[in-house]
Amino acid sequence: MADGHAAALAEQFEDLEQQHEASSLGMWVFLATEIMFFGGLFAGYTVYRGLYLAGFDAGSHLLNVKLGAFNTAVLLCSSLTMALAVRAAMLGKRRELITFLVLTILLGLTFVGVKLAFEWHRDFEEHLVPGINFAYDGSNSRAVELFFVFYFFMTGVHALHMVIGVAILAVLTWQAFRGRFGPERYNPVEMAGLYWHFVDVIWIFLFPLLYLIGAHH
Amino acid sequence: MSQHVVPKKTYLFVFAALISLTILTTSVAMIDLGPVNIVVALLIAMCKASLVALFFMHLRWSSRLMHIVAIAALFWLAILLTLTLSDYRTRQWTPAAEGWEAPSIQLNR
Repeated sequence: MADGHAAALAEQFEDLEQQHEASSLGMWVFLATEIMFFGGLFAGYTVYRGLYLAGFDAGSHLLNVKLGAFNTAVLLCSSLTMALAVRAAMLGKRRELITFLVLTILLGLTFVGVKLAFEWHRDFEEHLVPGINFAYDGSNSRAVELFFVFYFFMTGVHALHMVIGVAILAVLTWQAFRGRFGPERYNPVEMAGLYWHFVDVIWIFLFPLLYLIGAHH
Repeated sequence: MSQHVVPKKTYLFVFAALISLTILTTSVAMIDLGPVNIVVALLIAMCKASLVALFFMHLRWSSRLMHIVAIAALFWLAILLTLTLSDYRTRQWTPAAEGWEAPSIQLNR
């Protein structure tokens, strides 16, 4: 016990609680910068949607709401498994921790897979990718194109965050497999969890702003 | 250690609420409510984000320091959005001086 305690506590900290506060604070400050990063995109989206309401509605209408809703559910499931992984790590349940980490990775990959194979690929085939092959016959075509610029930037940056998250979780799974975590040392799992949930929160806003605003036509 | 082990039941409850809200927001989006659609969608999104932050991200059980950081982040986001929109939304209020009209951008061709 004493050995485990000493191994879990980095020497610059008084005790485990202080160490936990320090890593939580660091992660939350990082997430605050991430909010500003995505905030710029949200602000740009809001300005241009205000200017070209009809074009954004028409662009949104071209997206597949069912796939968007499915992916939202997948991401919410992954947040549940991630929360359960952190819980398992706190309780020192190694097998449960590995199971939930692997489930979270699989759900994350499902999300990115659906995005790539069923959405972006189809968008490309339907000539909806600005700068590459955009062609739209209806009215407001330039505004619809602008909507798709935002769509690809926002979902693209979000998917990049997902891929980074999956990579982090893969490393954690490997470490968990080697028995690196226990009730005294679970900070890395908890911090990765905060990041994962944050990426989920971003999608919670992207889903209505991109898929739902044109759904009622 | 300040660990707070949350019962599995709590997580499952929150998850059920999140899925229900997703179904709700998708259904409401199918009905044409005019400008109210986006307001409802964003309110539901804020509810979902709060549930994730409070329960999954353990903000409910975190120290005040984390609360301050989270609130500060939202406050800075509010500054970003408010100042940007207060510019764009008020540009038409005052006519431009002679010879200073901005070239009009035509996106609706």
